[in-house]
Order: sequence, then C-alpha cells, then structure tokens
Amino acid sequence: MTYIGIIITFVFISNFILTQFLGLCPFIGVSRKMDSAVGMGFAVIFVMSMAALATWVIYHLILVPLSLEFLQTMTFILIIATLVQFVEMVIQKISPPLYKALGIYLPLITTNCAVMGIALIAVRSNYSALESFIAGFSAGVGFLLAILVMSSIREKLDTEWVPKPFRGIPIAFITAGLMALAFMAFDKALLKNLLG
Amino acid sequence: MVLVRILYAFIAVAGLGMLLGAGLAFASRFLSVRKDERIAALEAVLPGLNCGACGYAGCASYAAAIAGEEASLTLCAPGGEDAAKGISEIMEVEFNGTIEKKVPQVHCRGGQGRSEYEFDYFGIKDCNALYALLGGNKVCKFGCLGLDSCIQVCPAGAIDYDSESLIWVDKEVCIGCGKCVEVCPTGVMRWIPYSADYIVVCNSTDKGARVRKYCSVGCIACKICEKKSPEGGYKVEDFLSKIDYNTEGERKSGAEACPTKCIVRNDRHPKK
Repeated sequence: MTYIGIIITFVFISNFILTQFLGLCPFIGVSRKMDSAVGMGFAVIFVMSMAALATWVIYHLILVPLSLEFLQTMTFILIIATLVQFVEMVIQKISPPLYKALGIYLPLITTNCAVMGIALIAVRSNYSALESFIAGFSAGVGFLLAILVMSSIREKLDTEWVPKPFRGIPIAFITAGLMALAFMAFDKALLKNLLG
Repeated sequence: MVLVRILYAFIAVAGLGMLLGAGLAFASRFLSVRKDERIAALEAVLPGLNCGACGYAGCASYAAAIAGEEASLTLCAPGGEDAAKGISEIMEVEFNGTIEKKVPQVHCRGGQGRSEYEFDYFGIKDCNALYALLGGNKVCKFGCLGLDSCIQVCPAGAIDYDSESLIWVDKEVCIGCGKCVEVCPTGVMRWIPYSADYIVVCNSTDKGARVRKYCSVGCIACKICEKKSPEGGYKVEDFLSKIDYNTEGERKSGAEACPTKCIVRNDRHPKK
C-alpha cells in the first residue's frame, strides 16, 4: 500500500511542477510542441528514477557509515551529473534512435533542480532503495503529466487569439498558474480517503 | 577529532569525484561513437556567429543537419557565397550559382521635425511596446518608431542612430541574419540587395495627399521617378514607390527629381 501511496503522492499531491514548483525551466521551455514535450517527459522519468536510486546507494553506503550526511547536496550533484553523462554515452552507443529521441534533452536536465529535489526528498523521507526508485519514477511521471497537458494547451493557444502583451511566455505562465490551482484539489486528505 | 572528520569528508568527496571522473573517462573511450568528420569541417566553414538565420539553433546544429542531408546547403546568410562554396566542397556537390548578399534597411527618414506626432511617448523603450499602443506615436503608422529594438537585437552591432538621430543599418557591418526584420513591428525594416544604389526611404501606403499632411519626406506617389527614370525599375503601387532591383537602368535622375527627396543614395553610414 505504501508504494501506491508514494506514487499518488508524487504524481498528483506533490507534483513537482505544479505544487512544488521545481523544474519550471524545462516545463516552460520545452512545452511548445507536444512531441518534444513527450521526449522531455520520458527523459526526466528516466533520469529521476536512476538518480533517486544512485543517490540512495551512495548516501546509505558511503555517507551514513562515515556520518557525512551534511555532504549530501554536494555529492548528489556529483553523482547526478556523472550518471546523466554516463547514461547519455550508453544510449548513444547502444540505441541511436533512442538517443535521437532523448539525447538532446538529457544534458538539459543534468543540473535540473527537480532531479536534485527528488534525491534530497527521498533521503529526507527515509525511503528504502525500492521506495526511492518508485518515488523518482512517479515524480517523473508527474512531470510528464504536467508537461503533456501544458503542451497540448499551448498548441491550442497558438491558434487562438491572445491579447498581444500576453502572447508567448506570459500566457504560458498564466496557464501554468491555473493548472497549479486545479492541482490543489489533490491534497493529503484525498490520499487518506483513498487508502483509508 | 574534528580534523579526522574533515579528513574523512575530504577523502570521501575527493575519492568519489576521482572515481566517477575516471569512470566517465573510461566510458567515453569504450563507448565512443565515431562522429561524422564532415560535421567538424562544416563548422569550420560556417562563420560561427550562431545568429540563427538558417533556422537552426546555431552553426553546430546547422552543420549536423547538412551532414545528415536534412538541410539545404545555402541557408547561411552571413557566410553568403563563401560559406555555400565551402559547404558544397565538403559535401562534394557541384556549386555554381551565386548568392546575392542581402541586407535589411530602414525605409523611413521621418523623425522629429519631419513627421507629425500624435502624442508623446514616455513608456518603455521598445518598439513593440510602443506599437501595441495605437500603432505608435506618429501619425504615420508605417514608419520607423525610432526606438532601439533593432539596435538591441542586432548581433553584429550594425544598426545605430545616424547624424540625424534616425536609425540606419551599416551595410558593411550587417551580416544579413534578419533579426531586425523579425523584431520590427511596422515592417519598415525591409530587405534590399547589398548592391542597391538608390533606396526609396518610405514605407507608407497612405494616399499622397494624406502623406503630405503628416510627413515632409514621405512618398506621395506622384510617379515622377517612374517618368524621369523609365529604365530605373521604379514602380508605384499602393501609393508607394518601390524599386525593382533586378533592373540595371539608371535611377539617378528619378531620385533627384523626387519632390519630397525620399529617394536617397544607399551609401549612408550611421555615425560612429
């Protein structure tokens, strides 16, 4: 049951973009077109799950035994950046089509605050390795959900008449704000009702 | 005790960093993918300005698109003919056409004292902001608004106010990326060939009688230029004289006969 709880928490209740406001840069920057938004979403899912798992391993096998927990931010930056670069190389070698789909988005999220955020939140919540992985995965799914909805709205907005001062980024931010309001409906009480 | 902890911390982070760095170094050797050598050669041929005139994010991505045979070879405006020739050599394609260099120019000489103004503008210094307000503070809605949006956006620094405080493009410095044409709200920034000798510096399609009321240097569509230089390619359409630069005829007498002096030689320079 806790796994389902984690999934619902990170996809809806504390959606990284719409309630925690992390990772807004790719959210606004890459949500112009639906297909690039989907590519970005999957890249984020991938990196977040891997990062949550890798940082859990380093944190519990190196930092905790040496009681160096205060170094978590620094080491996590190191790990995430390395991991993403490594993954990029592997994909480029093994699967060129996948590299073409995800490749250009991967370097963008090496230093993204959403990826860093999931690593720190997973550690702070005392998750196990599997729970961290699931948290990372579902936070990524939450990102995909938000950016997918956003991109479909923005594609529609492109053909609509928008007052001139609001065209482009301003209307995107207003849309994001309204979406965040809608996501306020998902709160902790909902989770309690669902899981009893 | 504190020293020992500091030492631990130092060793842990340094060790981790070294380990990960070494891992990446190894990985890059074993997982390296042979890149298309033509891409590096193409990047060397392109000017490296990353202006985006070709429609790609920068010179590097345009080079990749050429090598992947997704893009036309002649999209680089700043590089012009030289770049196109270099690209064709690398891609082993015959190139024998010529690319005429084009530069944008402000087709308006109406500033303070020459044009009538409707109101004083004290808002932010941006042409698009001013244009959103009733199409600008001039009575003429086609002319140059005189703020510095194109100057700000120019990557080459080719645009500046000249000695008459009017905006002018220095065609020697211009790289032809077209960013100023995109940013200009009135469309007064129009493309002309680099070799153009004369230019009709008016963009107003209002009727002559109306233009005469609000601007002393506007085109009033009197057609004198057409008559004086019949071979010069002057053509009055929509109450605005335009020059067809494909014709090689003489344009001087038409320009000199212009009653509002709005046909000028294209050899001005912005003040330095």
